[in-house]
Amino acid sequence: MSAEPAFQIKTDMNTSFRAADNAEPTAAVEPKIKVENLNFFYGNHQALYNISLNLLPQRVTALIGPSGCGKSTFLRTLNRMNDIIPGVRLNGEIRIDGNDIYAPNTDVVTLRKEVGMVFQKSNPFPKTIFENIAFGPRVYGLKDRTKLEEIVEKSLVRADLWKEVKDRLHTSALDLSGGQQQRLCIARALAVDPEILLMDEPASALDPRSTAKIEDLIGELRSHYTIVIVTHNMQQAARVSDYTAFFYEGSLVEFGDTREIFTKPRERQTEDYITGRFG
Amino acid sequence: MQPAQAAPMYADSSSEAAPIERAKWPISDLIFQVCALLAILLALSVIIALLFDIFSDGFHRLSWDFLTSFPSRFAAKAGIYSALVGSFCLMLLTIVFSLPLGVGAAIYLEEYAPKNRWTALLELNLANLAGVPSIIYGILALQIFVRWLDFDRSLLSGALALTLLILPVIIIASREAIRTVPRTLREASLALGATQWQTIWTQVLPVALPGIMTGCILAFSRAIGETAPLITIGALTYVAFLPDGLFSSFTALPIQAYNWVSRPQEAFHANAAAAMVVLLIILLSMNAFAILLRVKYQKRTR
Ligand SMILES: Nc1ncnc2c1ncn2[C@@H]1O[C@H](COP(=O)(O)OP(=O)(O)OP(=O)(O)O)[C@@H](O)[C@H]1O
Ligand SMILES: [Mg+2]
Repeated sequence: MSAEPAFQIKTDMNTSFRAADNAEPTAAVEPKIKVENLNFFYGNHQALYNISLNLLPQRVTALIGPSGCGKSTFLRTLNRMNDIIPGVRLNGEIRIDGNDIYAPNTDVVTLRKEVGMVFQKSNPFPKTIFENIAFGPRVYGLKDRTKLEEIVEKSLVRADLWKEVKDRLHTSALDLSGGQQQRLCIARALAVDPEILLMDEPASALDPRSTAKIEDLIGELRSHYTIVIVTHNMQQAARVSDYTAFFYEGSLVEFGDTREIFTKPRERQTEDYITGRFG
Repeated sequence: MQPAQAAPMYADSSSEAAPIERAKWPISDLIFQVCALLAILLALSVIIALLFDIFSDGFHRLSWDFLTSFPSRFAAKAGIYSALVGSFCLMLLTIVFSLPLGVGAAIYLEEYAPKNRWTALLELNLANLAGVPSIIYGILALQIFVRWLDFDRSLLSGALALTLLILPVIIIASREAIRTVPRTLREASLALGATQWQTIWTQVLPVALPGIMTGCILAFSRAIGETAPLITIGALTYVAFLPDGLFSSFTALPIQAYNWVSRPQEAFHANAAAAMVVLLIILLSMNAFAILLRVKYQKRTR
């Protein structure tokens, strides 16, 4: 039972593993995000324990682990989305490009512009497709109509949605299919030109074809962004990511090269999880 | 032996209890249904009797002249012009005062206020205030606006009294509407780097607006029929001129009707009934508009 998925993962990796394509000495690259001794609390409930890891630019990092282990919580500390939940606390340090994002003088709005996020459940605004994408740039004060149109087109092309919607830009985004809506949300995030893209199970509600589209998209975006993706799909993690972080009950159990994590994990827990023995 | 004994006893008690309950259920159900139906019929028949009474008394007095004449000593010549205009101005002012205040308070409470004991206390008091009898607001307005602030028995005082009265209702309704906006929408907006105010203004309010408007229109339709607070602050009952400013004295439809009913002559009672018909038509069209608004926008939010 459990040997089969593991085998599948290995075959997948042989065909489309990415870190191997251009294996650079990782030590030479300055990390984009540096997390040190991060502890996170919802009220009295501690959700993250002493997390430390570095995320490299132009790489895809997958966060895996059983439900409730703190993947989303961790992801949301990176753009301070947890701030809007009452009663949360955190200590430790997160640095993006060397700047402490929880320092008192950090501007959350600027931070969130640089750290885009795509949610598990697609959440387009109940407005037109155009308005959805133009919202971000508008918020930053862009009024020029032709510039906005340019950005909308560019973002939609990037998210591989342009061909499907170019004739209906001014119809409601809620009329799109689930997969299209999710790509719209990705386009919306790209429209503000972030440097980091956080994706929380972006394909979990999608069919295999839409999922494949999103995965291809991640592959294409990889060269421009630092991407962190939460996924429950081991094959997906193996296919799209360069690095994998395995979380368990709020702790980071193992972090490393995706190929190594999936072929010769150091920890027993990691191996059990990726081979489907628990989780 | 032991389990064999226990088992039948258990089975016995359950098989006895179950049929009794099942047998009783349809009867109590039926009784309840009949009671509920009677209650509805009673309420409906009261309304129908009321409408019938008012319409049969007042319908023959309805005419363009009735709408455009000032009150008069002669019942046949009297009209509701000043009361109609008074009610209209009163409503306009009340809307101007209560809408921004009420919606603003609701936004503050929902989006900005910390969730602590103070806000919980505030919420409790809001619910209580919404249930306070309107005459109490009249007495409050009399003291504050008419006496302390010296606004006199003016349109302004009347509108402020009505504002006090419906503010809690507006706040509660607006909060409810704002609360139904999905959290994912706010998150999407904030994650793009919108400020909290941009998020509220461009995402939350447009989605909440139909709900807010519905609640507010219902509140206004309550205000337009209010008599007690206006009488308390001393709205005039015989006004043969139109209000010419905020500090002008005024009358309103319910006041005019109240005045006519309290006269001995039959003919004035007919006038009162006709004024009530006009008020009812305004009220019903406001409510219908609120319902239309809700139906129209319900489809558009998912
Ligand atoms: N808003 C919240 N308030 C309190 N506790 C929370 C909140 N959100 C998450 N938690 C708790 O924090 C822990 C981690 O949750 P989190 O959502 O990060 O898990 P996850 O790894 O993303 O799970 P899943 O794979 O199911 O999405 C869980 O125990 C959860 O119950
Ligand atoms: Mg999650």
